[in-house]
Amino acid sequence: MEKKWEEMSPDEKQEAQFQKLLAPKDPEGNALKFQSPEAEANYKASIIRIKDAVQLIKTPDRVPLALTPSMFPFIDAGLTIQEAMYDTDKTVAAFRKFIVEYKPDMHIGAAQVGPGKFFEILDYKLYKWPGHGVAPEHSYQCVEAEYMKPEEYDILLMDPSFYFRNFYLPRVFGALEGFQMLPPFTGILEIYGVALNFIPFGLPPVQATYKALFEAGAEAIQWATAILGLNGELTSLGFPNILGGFTKAPFDTIGDTLRGTRGIMMDMYRQPDKLLKAMEALVPIMIGMGIGAMQQTGNPQIFIPLHKGADGFLSDEQFKKFYWPTLKAVIVGLIEGGCVPWPALEGHWDSRLKVIQDIPKGKTMWMVDQSDMTKVKETLGKNACLMGNVPSSMLRLATPDEVKAYCKKLIDTAGKGGGFIMMNGAFFDEAKPENIKAMVDVTREYGVYK
Amino acid sequence: MAGKLAKLLSDLKEPEALEYVEKALAKGSDPMGLLGEAKEGMNIVGQRFASGKYFIPELVFSGEILKSIVQMLEPHLKKGEEAERLGKVIVGTVAGDIHDIGKDLVVFMLDVSGFEVTDLGIDVSAQKFVDAINNTGSTVVGLSGFLTLAFDSMKETVDAIAKAGLRDRVKIMIGGGQIDEQVKSYTGADAYGKDAMEAVTLAKGWIGG
Repeated sequence: MEKKWEEMSPDEKQEAQFQKLLAPKDPEGNALKFQSPEAEANYKASIIRIKDAVQLIKTPDRVPLALTPSMFPFIDAGLTIQEAMYDTDKTVAAFRKFIVEYKPDMHIGAAQVGPGKFFEILDYKLYKWPGHGVAPEHSYQCVEAEYMKPEEYDILLMDPSFYFRNFYLPRVFGALEGFQMLPPFTGILEIYGVALNFIPFGLPPVQATYKALFEAGAEAIQWATAILGLNGELTSLGFPNILGGFTKAPFDTIGDTLRGTRGIMMDMYRQPDKLLKAMEALVPIMIGMGIGAMQQTGNPQIFIPLHKGADGFLSDEQFKKFYWPTLKAVIVGLIEGGCVPWPALEGHWDSRLKVIQDIPKGKTMWMVDQSDMTKVKETLGKNACLMGNVPSSMLRLATPDEVKAYCKKLIDTAGKGGGFIMMNGAFFDEAKPENIKAMVDVTREYGVYK
Repeated sequence: MAGKLAKLLSDLKEPEALEYVEKALAKGSDPMGLLGEAKEGMNIVGQRFASGKYFIPELVFSGEILKSIVQMLEPHLKKGEEAERLGKVIVGTVAGDIHDIGKDLVVFMLDVSGFEVTDLGIDVSAQKFVDAINNTGSTVVGLSGFLTLAFDSMKETVDAIAKAGLRDRVKIMIGGGQIDEQVKSYTGADAYGKDAMEAVTLAKGWIGG
């Protein structure tokens, strides 16, 4: 008899997830129709290749190839970033062309572009995007600030959802200012006075906020239908996107967009206990975010972009005290929930490798940006699949021969014995197409395991 | 020997340092002397950062303590008293890029290391760099950028400096997330640095001090 999901071990959950990926469904829940037997064979071969690379049990038939560009496909198609953000048809066409041309074993879709009109409707302040603070041909960029004030930890700790709704969201979305007037929903009890809780919904600022939300929701559906539809189409052509969603390290959740780099670093000195408590409170929320995304998409890979744990930001002691414990708890929680955590070591992480190698074996995949790949393989690589490390500067400026030589070295070192996926080290914008092709070709030819 | 305030500041004792300044001012201590001590404290912070004892949180926090100290001293200071500086450096994030954390750290480290820094901010056009060289007479220019688009903005900035006939007057260093030797060659800069300390080392190598 089939075991219930809750009774499965992490090993069994992971295996079940990969088996599910090998039998993809269409939106109606029927077996997905591939566009050709060849497409079906390619799709399944890619999934098995990635599964073998992740699990570290079997050596794959060859090094899998993943391509996760940021704006490259759109720039390459002659679009400005502004066009890509506002014309979903063009975005979809450009991304389809990119995938069909380079045929990766794994991609993560075209959601990185984001719907410009949606951001406009909500008056998003956390980012500047083309036409809204940056030039049409430039990518969106984050505006760091103290969106959470130093004295607000207690409210965050008491009720994170209330804090986000009434404090954080109105600060980063101009159109959500009405949320500030909403009562905590946990006060809606009994009959006496219950209607008083609903007065804010009758007030113009709250109604304006809800009007914006309805518009934004409609825009989000339109955009997501196109982007997710493209994923389905690419699957039927034999190219899997197995990204389930994303979550974050609690230190980065607070340090990136709540308190900001400066704010969190002050808190490490002025109120370390509150910071530690808040990060612990975020652990189950960050795990739930990943598992929830996996359940929605059916895909197990949960991306975790890692920022402020990189070399140089914190001392070793600070990393071990403030950054790693809650990140590890998130990674382990995701694994126990059947996800394949996919942390990204953005920048350099050479000084952290001995600490972060302490994770369950064969359950994670790590995107490596600029760390020394030989050292990463000797440490983290013993327990985890590695991917990436082809530098953005190289894709932009080197010759195809230089790219090939670099990738060959990666296959020889990081790829030794399996557990490696060829990929760009960072999400790239500008690059030479012939350099992408060089990376693809060398992986297909030289990356075959004998 | 480091004074009491220099020690408190460099050891990041915020309440103690502020209390010390308050009491010293009440007793009629020389505010310039206190400012000098605070600067000495920041110099020690810089040295500890260079030697790997301190990291970015310590730079940020010491900068914050210094800000409070300067605020307390300011009403007592006479204008126009400024210590001798090693040399002038211009720093900015290049056109199209609005990232400032790395750039701010470089400005901070150059400042505590004794340079007079002109911080042009973010998304700085090539022309603004050229104008700043003309206006300040700086001999070192630092270009910061986090995105790959910055490669081209850096190249354009270096080219604009050359076109203005100023290339021989300045040394140009670049830095940022994806910057390496290859990017340095592409842009025509003189050097690149991996972190804020390397920016200081480069500037000292070129200017002396």
